[in-house]
Amino acid sequence: MNIATAQEAKKSEKPDTWELRLYVAGTTPKSLAAFSNLKKLCEEHLAGKYKIEVVDLLKNPQLARGDQILAIPTLVRKLPQPLKKIIGDLSNTERVLVGLDLRPAKG
Amino acid sequence: MTKLENNIKPLENLPKCQTGIRGLDEITDGGLPKGRPTLVCGSAGCGKTLLAMEFLVRGAAQYNEPGVFVSFEESSEELVQNVASLGFDLNDLAAQKKMYLDHIRVERSEIEETGEYDLEGLFIRLNHAIDSIGAKRVVLDTIESLYSGLANEGILRAELRRLFRWLKEKGVTAIITGEKGEKMLTRHGLEEYVSDCVILLDNRVEGQITTRRLRIVKYRGSAHGTNEYPFLIDEYGISVLPITSIGLKHDVSNERISSGIPRLDTMLGGEGYYRGSSILISGTAGTGKTSIAATFADATCSRGEKCLYFAFEESASQIMRNMRSIGVDLEPWMKQGLLDIYAVRPTIYGLEMHLVKMYKLVNEFKPKVVIMDPVTNLISIGSETEVKSMLSRLIDFLKASQITALFTNLSHAGGALEQTEFGISSLMDTWLLLRDIEIGGERNRGLYILKSRGMAHSNQIREFLLTGRGIDLIDVYSGPAGVLTGSARYAQEAQDRASELIRKEEIEHRKRELDRRSKALEAQITALRSDLKDAQEEVDKLLQQDKTEEKVLTEDRAEMMRRRKADV
Repeated sequence: MNIATAQEAKKSEKPDTWELRLYVAGTTPKSLAAFSNLKKLCEEHLAGKYKIEVVDLLKNPQLARGDQILAIPTLVRKLPQPLKKIIGDLSNTERVLVGLDLRPAKG
Repeated sequence: MTKLENNIKPLENLPKCQTGIRGLDEITDGGLPKGRPTLVCGSAGCGKTLLAMEFLVRGAAQYNEPGVFVSFEESSEELVQNVASLGFDLNDLAAQKKMYLDHIRVERSEIEETGEYDLEGLFIRLNHAIDSIGAKRVVLDTIESLYSGLANEGILRAELRRLFRWLKEKGVTAIITGEKGEKMLTRHGLEEYVSDCVILLDNRVEGQITTRRLRIVKYRGSAHGTNEYPFLIDEYGISVLPITSIGLKHDVSNERISSGIPRLDTMLGGEGYYRGSSILISGTAGTGKTSIAATFADATCSRGEKCLYFAFEESASQIMRNMRSIGVDLEPWMKQGLLDIYAVRPTIYGLEMHLVKMYKLVNEFKPKVVIMDPVTNLISIGSETEVKSMLSRLIDFLKASQITALFTNLSHAGGALEQTEFGISSLMDTWLLLRDIEIGGERNRGLYILKSRGMAHSNQIREFLLTGRGIDLIDVYSGPAGVLTGSARYAQEAQDRASELIRKEEIEHRKRELDRRSKALEAQITALRSDLKDAQEEVDKLLQQDKTEEKVLTEDRAEMMRRRKADV
């Protein structure tokens, strides 16, 4: 089952562009770390087919409601479907890759 | 007492936020702590969400304090639907910018955690919500859902601590709900962070009957009621009813009110019951307890006063039909709104709930007289001590409001008559006893006053008759043949009447005889008188004659002497 969904996700990822949105609250060290971690990871795995939008909730607090944001920073994978959320400073690259379906979960 | 009040005074300075929930503000001495979070905990289905929601709705509607409801469980649409049945129109309040509903959904399956994070997003959302409507009240229902959504408990704990501190800084009065845990008040120990006020809700089932209860576990810096208070959820929301024994401080009235039975009033010192007293009518089945109660209700309404009748055995229409047969028509009073018959089976809910319901009805209807018929039926849903405690609280409450209460008590045949089921007689001021008197193959009703505090009352047994024109009390026959009632009394009385007649005739006869004799004597006296008169006249005449003769005689003698030329 897991393998099947993972394979499907792999199939669909090829033609699609990756639309990622990073929610932050001001320029905190955690936010900055998350952004640089994300940037690095995308360059490595999704070079040329990704788009990162950074939303600062301090400036647009009303946007937190739409994507059900609680934790900061939160990375939301808008595309490809399904929606995925990864919270934290994205320092654990392995888990981010699993969370984005770029690598099947181990075990 | 004064000393205690002095101690409380400085504490009242703690600013309070009125909830607007009936009764809750009384037991919290004015409301929840203003600008601080309050924890409301309890097991599933005990009314946490509703209490929190009513706090917001009342705040928005009555105190002009807009509120934010953050739901972690139900969606906004579900919430709107759920509370619509209680008459709360959340959409309307939201449109007026008095209410802000937010649903925060946390799906663990959607979330992957990598590294450090905080809950700044939640803060921002909350802050945005509060600022957008200028909210003074906030509800977080149930924030513990976050524990199931987020894996890192360490972060969560730290963030919740920060959240509650932040809420205080923000100056909003908040209610945080929490699911009851096994050993702690809440599953994740929220009470650790929210230390100002903790309210515990409970929904217990005893003997297949559930009762909702509320208890204030703590309230820092304020006096508060410490008991468990039963509460109701009805079509108007929550009502908590602080019903405790308020002590024997109530004022008493010297006013007397009629029982509706003139003869009974006479027996009760000539004026009837005291206003605000408690009256117990006990008797075995079919002795006319309900009739006395209904007559009293009728008398109350005739005075233009309101009467609330709790019937635990018969429906309202049945009581009205039955009472019409003894000439007591209660229907017009019902139509005029002076009488309300609240008929319900005792088993419908628990004792406390009954008390709560009665309390509520009394407060709404504001009667002058409350009747409970029969109070004995309550025993089926509680133990003796429970019933007694409930009744004493009810009586205290009624007395404090100067409401006259009449209870009927069904005693079982064979048991001692002068004994009520649960020793409530000591709570009563006036106790009427109805009993069967079996003589000559028939049963008749007898009534007497066992006690009546504060008035000279009759010690006589009266025969109690139910006629088409109402209740009638008549003297029982007590004579040389003993105490007789019913037909035996009639027979005895007829016999008495006959002998009385004979006696009267005899007296009449003798009177006539004496009359005649005295008349004869008088006639004799008259005859004698006239005889006497005759005799006197005779004597007068004789005297006159004598005088005349003597005069003549003297004249003659003088003549003779003149003629003889006597030398006198």
